[in-house]
Amino acid sequence: MTTPLALAPGLPGAFAAVYAGQVSRAKASRGPLLFVATLQSVGILLLLRGVVDTGDGVTGQQVVAGSTVLVVAFVALNLLAQRFGALRGDGGLDHYAALPVPASAVVLGTAASYATFTVPGAVLTAVVGCLLYGLPLAHLWVLLLVLPLAGASLAGIGALLGLLAPRPELATVAGQLGMSAVLFLGVVPAERLPLVLQAVRALLPSSYAADALARALGPRVEITSLAPDLAICAVAAVLSLALASTAYRRAVRR
Amino acid sequence: MTAVGPEAAPRPLAGPTASPAVEIEGVTRSHRGRRGAEPVLANDGISLTVHPGEVFGLLGPNGAGKTTLVRQIVGALHPDAGRIRVLGHDITADPRRAPRLLAYLGQDEPALRELPVGLAVETTGRLRGLSRAEARSRRDVLLDELGIGEVHRRPLLALSGGQRRLAHVAAALIGERPLLVLDEPTTGLDPVARRAVWAALDRRRAAGATVVLVTHNVLEAETVLDRVAVLDRGRVIACDTPGRLKAMVSDEVRLDLVWRGAPAADDPTVALLAQSAVVSGRRWSIRLPREQAREALGRLTAGPALESLDDFTLATPSLEDVYLALGGRDRDLERG
Repeated sequence: MTTPLALAPGLPGAFAAVYAGQVSRAKASRGPLLFVATLQSVGILLLLRGVVDTGDGVTGQQVVAGSTVLVVAFVALNLLAQRFGALRGDGGLDHYAALPVPASAVVLGTAASYATFTVPGAVLTAVVGCLLYGLPLAHLWVLLLVLPLAGASLAGIGALLGLLAPRPELATVAGQLGMSAVLFLGVVPAERLPLVLQAVRALLPSSYAADALARALGPRVEITSLAPDLAICAVAAVLSLALASTAYRRAVRR
Repeated sequence: MTAVGPEAAPRPLAGPTASPAVEIEGVTRSHRGRRGAEPVLANDGISLTVHPGEVFGLLGPNGAGKTTLVRQIVGALHPDAGRIRVLGHDITADPRRAPRLLAYLGQDEPALRELPVGLAVETTGRLRGLSRAEARSRRDVLLDELGIGEVHRRPLLALSGGQRRLAHVAAALIGERPLLVLDEPTTGLDPVARRAVWAALDRRRAAGATVVLVTHNVLEAETVLDRVAVLDRGRVIACDTPGRLKAMVSDEVRLDLVWRGAPAADDPTVALLAQSAVVSGRRWSIRLPREQAREALGRLTAGPALESLDDFTLATPSLEDVYLALGGRDRDLERG
């Protein structure tokens, strides 16, 4: 005689529980890191203000957009890679392995919470940037589209790096390198980079998020001109999160 | 294997048609070495049956393979060979069934580290399928039961080791599963908290749950376990009730001697005891028949050897003695 299986939570319920737990965890312990993430981007804005002419609209737009997306990369890519690397390294994944939770709920719930933490810093960076470089604050509503897509795609990559890294230290290194790539390749306009770096830039979903935001900070926002970049971001998000869910399944059953 | 009556269950509570709570057949598992190092054999052909409604223990020193075995029971690790069934379900074939049958408490719960106690328990309950309202009401009852209600807002990181462990136990107990697999649930707890956990487990057992408990604490094993499997270096060296295991060595006692300085080697009693003593620093531990122990102690305390003797104790056998008598070689079982 077999004992009937207990009911398992569905994807929405499990996602909501994981998300709520992770958001609360960040409130308790991640404040200083979120501050550093924002400070880094605002610092870059201030630094580059010294070398970029206010007259050079396009460059200013790219600097503000790149710095804003950098906050997302710091948290959603770098910190999330570290989080999953640590969970994998110290046996924390056993906790979830012993709960009847869909893999995608753990990955999506955690990724969504990290993407959420980026919002205050990213908005602040964008506002400061617009003020410093004389760009239209009214166009920042585009962040409503850019931040979720940048957050989802970079969090997917962060989760994937953390779950694939054989050791937590390597997850940290991978997260840091990923963030550095976003920093160097997102803040500088594509056409000013050497060809090799342009190719690397094309592989980063953050580049498309930064480009869409940069364009939106011009004199006029045309949603149709942003659509291709945002669509690429969305595809990258779906792909990276699906791959991260597969990596999670492999990591919890060894 | 020197297993002693492995099927001698004291009292399976469920009816005779019920499946065993856990059936382990020939489970072998190695840990792969890093960078070409030799794999380490952690479980070597383990077979065990845990009956419904019993508190079953896995006792052994660090490195005996206890944690590797329970991680396979809960589906977090796949056996290299052998099969595990939990409450009639084949976990080896479909590990995803395990979380719907059992709750697992690991030695540490790093995933919960930064969460406030109440939320850690509530979230775990929700992930076991409880609604938010149910999870909250059961969380409150559990935190009170374990005596940590007043710290429910504090993150686990900020608690003492004992309180943190109680929070882990609460997370394992929420969402009542018919099988509880607990890896050293009382490590780091003071005696009061330890008894609170034992009482909580006893209430679950009375309600029909089965408990599999890993311990390297002899007192815990003797106090709460219905049956115990003694593990050493990946193998089961005995499995029976604590009472019956101790009866195997009941004609023996343990004589512990603590020397102040070097004991007089020319004393014939000292020389005799030295042959079978397990020495750790100034402490000698000797297992020997009651009568011989009494005589040896009499001669020591009456003769010149008393000068260098700092302290001595004569103790009836514990499960540690059973472990040693069966050939166990490590000496880090806890007595307290």
